[in-house]
Amino acid sequence: MAGASERPIVRITHLAKGYRRGDQDVPVLFDITLAIAEGDFIALMGPSGSGKSTLLNLIAGIDKPDAGELLVGGEDITRLSESALADWRASHVGFIFQFYNLMPVLNAFENVELPLLLTSLSRRERRERVEMALSLVGLSDRMDHYPNELSGGQQQRVAIARALIADPTIIVADEPTGDLDRKSAGEILGLLRRLNEEMGKTIIMVTHDWHAVESARRVVHLEKGELVDAPASHA
Amino acid sequence: MYLLKLVFKNIFRHKLRSLLTLFGLVVAILAFGLMQTVVNAWYAGSDMASAQRLVTRNAVSLVFPLPIYYRDRIKAIDGVTAVTVSNWFGGIYKDMTPANFFAQFAVDQDNFFDLYPEFKVNRDELLAFRKDRRGVMVGRLLADQHGFKVGDAIALKGTIYPGTWDFVVRGIYEPKDETTITRQLYFHWDYLNEQIRKLYPRRAEQVGVFIVQIADGSRAAEVSQNVDREFRNSLAETLTETEKAFQLSFIAQTETIVMAVRVVSFVVIVIIFAVVANTMAMTARERLAEYATLKALGFGPGFVAALIVGESLMITALGGALGILASFPAAAGFKAAMGSFFPVFKVAPETVAMQAASALAVGVLAGILPAARAARVKIVDGLRYIG
Repeated sequence: MAGASERPIVRITHLAKGYRRGDQDVPVLFDITLAIAEGDFIALMGPSGSGKSTLLNLIAGIDKPDAGELLVGGEDITRLSESALADWRASHVGFIFQFYNLMPVLNAFENVELPLLLTSLSRRERRERVEMALSLVGLSDRMDHYPNELSGGQQQRVAIARALIADPTIIVADEPTGDLDRKSAGEILGLLRRLNEEMGKTIIMVTHDWHAVESARRVVHLEKGELVDAPASHA
Repeated sequence: MYLLKLVFKNIFRHKLRSLLTLFGLVVAILAFGLMQTVVNAWYAGSDMASAQRLVTRNAVSLVFPLPIYYRDRIKAIDGVTAVTVSNWFGGIYKDMTPANFFAQFAVDQDNFFDLYPEFKVNRDELLAFRKDRRGVMVGRLLADQHGFKVGDAIALKGTIYPGTWDFVVRGIYEPKDETTITRQLYFHWDYLNEQIRKLYPRRAEQVGVFIVQIADGSRAAEVSQNVDREFRNSLAETLTETEKAFQLSFIAQTETIVMAVRVVSFVVIVIIFAVVANTMAMTARERLAEYATLKALGFGPGFVAALIVGESLMITALGGALGILASFPAAAGFKAAMGSFFPVFKVAPETVAMQAASALAVGVLAGILPAARAARVKIVDGLRYIG
């Protein structure tokens, strides 16, 4: 079993973020300082509006902070241009969304293949990798199935395969079990745990689900945009 | 390649919506093509005009004739190589239904066809026509339409020249190419003049217009001025112009209708643009979360924009191609329904090019705004969007 190393893969220093709603500035995150070790599995928890999804979006490079420093793999992503950030996301971040966000016109194979289209891999290499990823999530026999032909749990497993396929530095998961029944949620969490423990993947997960929290190595609590650190629940 | 695959798959996500948009496009491009063809058909007569032929008519109005003796004086003008006469007859064949309407002209039987090489005439038939005082030459289109054959008798009821006029078909002239109109009947001006001399002596020895052949088309303006100068201050002053200008002066009388048809044809394109733009805006709005996902995965805004513009272009290309293909049988059907009203009614290559350009423009313009919006949308906002 791989464990979390001491070397931080994500280093957040004095991070702040707010939104503008009409004439008003609404602060969401205040002075966040956090380090996430390589191979860690973090659960970000907190009540609605606490800023956990915003923090996840900032770490994933799909939103930009107003202040502070955000280093992922030693690179300050707040300084990257939009196109450089897109390239960075393609090679460093794997996304798992609550509602799976698969392309409905693409089958499981094509959905998983998507991130590889941004690489220089040949068609044969892509096929090998996709087959391996789908096999890892237990969907080798569902490669030709379209999202509407799969259950919620199966769709989320396709999404996990897609998140893994480009061998990213971090995997971010925004309430990955939020739309699933308990059994499917358990399977997904088991899969995430395997990715973390057996493959050493760094996972940062936003969740409301206490069962999901049990899968994480460390829980980070956010309240009203501020960190309220909690001890590890599983390691 | 992958982009094309994704675009193609996206087109048929909402089959009914896509099919209705396609149907609208096919109808619009077809209607545009047909209307442009109607406009072209309207001008077909002037397209047939030769640069080396001038038409000399009475300066006051076409309804006033010119004395026949002008012919020799025109022939003597520098640059003129031949002169023939043409006189509108305006007879009724069978009845006044549009299907039985066709143009009849009294012409100089000895040289008229020499000035119109676009009419291919059989030499024996031409000689037979010249020999027979009551002989007529009919065009291929007219002959086919009414079943006229050489030797058939044709009776026309005169309106400008009262009485029943009996003719015999002595020849059928063929078109040189598909733009040549062969829907006219030509007979001897001498025969007309002979009868008029007996019945209405004061109207004899007069012609409607002179057709003037010139050696050099680039001297048309100069020769025209010289012809008109020759008859200045005479009893019947002349107005000489190129055959094309003469034909266009007829069309000018219906210019407003032609302009209306032309405007409506472009309005149809504007309407279909609004329909396609609405379809694309709806489509892009519904897929905002998908575009945000693609951007999150690392695809750039350009890829997202290309997806939308590509889809718009593919729909319009498909609709445009079907509309263009449908134009040909539709034009043939339209021509058949209109009888010989439009002797030349053919979808021109220029019309096809305009149809294709319109479809292309609609595709690009309808896709640009939704594409710009989707490309600009922030990933976090797009992911929150529930289509």
